[in-house]
Amino acid sequence: MTPQLQTALPLQRLARLDNFGRSLRRGAYLYQPSRVEQLHDLFELARRQGLSIGLRGAGRSYGDAALNSGQIVLDLQGLNGVLHWDAQRGRITVEPGVTIEQLWKKVLVDGWWPPVVPGTMYPTLGGCLAANIHGKNNWQTGPLGEHILEFAVLLPNGKQVTCSPKKNKDLFYAMIGGMGLLGVFTSITLQLKQIYSGDLEVKAWVEPNLLGMLRAVDQHRESDYVVGWVDCTAGGRGLGRGQIHEARYLKPGEDRDPDATLRVGYQDLPDRFFGLVPKGMLPPLMAPFVNNFGAWGVNTTKYFANSTIGNRKTHRQSLVAFNFLLDYIPGWERIYGRGGLIQYQSFLPKDSAADAYMEMLDLCKRRGLPSYLAVLKRHRPDKFLLSHAVDGFSLALDFRVTRGNRARLLQLAAEMDRIVMKSGGRFYFAKDSTLRRDEVGGFLGMKTVQQFKTLKNKLDPDKILQTDLFRRCFG
Amino acid sequence: MAKRKSIANELPAEPPSARRPRAVVVGASSGIGAAIARRLAAGGYIVAALARRKNELDKLCNGINRAAGETRALAYQHDAMDLASIPLTFQGLLKDLGGIDALVYVAGVTLKVEMDEFNLEKDRQMIETNLMGAVAWLGAGAALFQRMKAGTLVGISSVAGDRGRVLNPAYNASKAGLDAYLEALRNRLTRHGAHVLTVKPGFVDTEMLKATPRKFGVISPERVAAGVWSAMRSRKQLVYLPWYWRWIMLAVRTTPSFIFRRLSF
Repeated sequence: MTPQLQTALPLQRLARLDNFGRSLRRGAYLYQPSRVEQLHDLFELARRQGLSIGLRGAGRSYGDAALNSGQIVLDLQGLNGVLHWDAQRGRITVEPGVTIEQLWKKVLVDGWWPPVVPGTMYPTLGGCLAANIHGKNNWQTGPLGEHILEFAVLLPNGKQVTCSPKKNKDLFYAMIGGMGLLGVFTSITLQLKQIYSGDLEVKAWVEPNLLGMLRAVDQHRESDYVVGWVDCTAGGRGLGRGQIHEARYLKPGEDRDPDATLRVGYQDLPDRFFGLVPKGMLPPLMAPFVNNFGAWGVNTTKYFANSTIGNRKTHRQSLVAFNFLLDYIPGWERIYGRGGLIQYQSFLPKDSAADAYMEMLDLCKRRGLPSYLAVLKRHRPDKFLLSHAVDGFSLALDFRVTRGNRARLLQLAAEMDRIVMKSGGRFYFAKDSTLRRDEVGGFLGMKTVQQFKTLKNKLDPDKILQTDLFRRCFG
Repeated sequence: MAKRKSIANELPAEPPSARRPRAVVVGASSGIGAAIARRLAAGGYIVAALARRKNELDKLCNGINRAAGETRALAYQHDAMDLASIPLTFQGLLKDLGGIDALVYVAGVTLKVEMDEFNLEKDRQMIETNLMGAVAWLGAGAALFQRMKAGTLVGISSVAGDRGRVLNPAYNASKAGLDAYLEALRNRLTRHGAHVLTVKPGFVDTEMLKATPRKFGVISPERVAAGVWSAMRSRKQLVYLPWYWRWIMLAVRTTPSFIFRRLSF
């Protein structure tokens, strides 16, 4: 036996980490740095131990993007300082662990709002940038990455580099959307959007089928935000019916009292549902509906309620209430039970979207695996290396995972993969948990994958930065 | 431990949400350990098989992998008496496998001692392998399973742990120690949702049996493995194999000392 030259990492570091979908539970050695200077030592530690490091923000990725099974995970939520805030020009520089929630609460009172936000306010900015998230305004504003003025990054080789669309351009377009596999963001400078009210003007209406939904999302591109909720439990002529929400920012003067609506307190989400049911009680109350029959009941009731109450009416809604729908029910992902959920989001070019989505929804129905919650959005392409965006649409389908349906669900995902691939579609690493290497090469193009791998080899020859997603999709 | 390059590419590709469970079997090269490794692999586990003897280990893993038509078993050369190497070996396994769902400690030795023999070297070997190695491995496994709020720890103890007898005091002590350690881990882990199983086989047809002078009702290692498998599945706490040893040992445990110390078995 060779003498032991090193000691193992302490067992006290072991922690269980879940994905946001709670369909995966993985053990890892967890480190939670509170200062950027500690990152360098942690890289050294990993190198000495022959282990890789996975970067993790708030752990809000649906799949395995923030997991590094059996190895080291750096939870970067502790790096959450606001380094500089220029309220005149709306420019903010933050550490990567600052959350979207922290961000909007900081800038709102000065009349600014993040130009791109996801459906929840809890992710970190570092995580959002690594996934290059989009909002309900993607075809208007592009992804979050297009609003980054500059970021600083620590590379696995110990070098500190600053990147912007002009400086170190290659790295800028690869690191944003690079899923934390090329380096650690240490500071991020974001250009915010000026707003004149804390409210949006929102209009909602129902569409009787998927074609109507796609047409509506496409035709309202002059709005600031458009999003569609799709009822996947309806069949026949009602296949893909749903409700469209369209919203626009208010112009100066439209809000008579902007000082009131631009307060953090005004933006708070209601703590009761229908003014009655406390939010904490919702998950247990929802439990009986998280099955095919219950979901049919909920979706159908919602559709008919939406088509009568307030249909085609305009109302004002706070920015937070409109944008962060997912935060209405804290811990809603727990409603899906022990097996958790997977979200299957595919991005399809506008010409093939209708046929492909019809085929997919039909397939889900036929397999007895309808999605319980589905969301439709409009997108446009961007210049980032690992981009998920297309000039077209995306449909995100949430599926409950159970012991009994797991195998059928994976089969269904594989069948839908084939539909997406033949229609020239794309996938999104923040959501994905089913793709294999050949499919990743297929949708990104082998040239892009090669380009990414070349860059990875250059910046991180020892492959210190890894995640389960990296090994699954690029390993 | 043997250095391996990326294990991930050796293992069958699988979607994250349908990952096969992972098991570690310490002391897998022959007898009960090999049978358990084969049983776990047949039951769908990816098995890391650890033992000192590389040739037997490779033979076992190749056999399992051929039968499965894919890589289900990985061989790791490891000496359970080399306590200092255990933490790093555990860390390496966790990395290679990406997680551990079951840890089975089988490694054990019985050395033949005479009725009038008091041999520290022999006693030390038995206690280090049967008890200290188990403490090091099962303790690391317990730390993981406590945090994962899941997992199965299995210790292969022996009916010999139930009473100190004239034939092999250190062996009795090592197994009695293992029993107490497993019980303590059970009491720590049950509240976290993890499972700890103590297995007490009687006479099993293995190399170890050669050191045992009197034997009866000898069963095959495969029967032990089958018993362990079903006890793991039904989350039993303690099994005697075969079942009748529970009653024999009840009699042995309740025999008063003034009789027991006059017996020569």
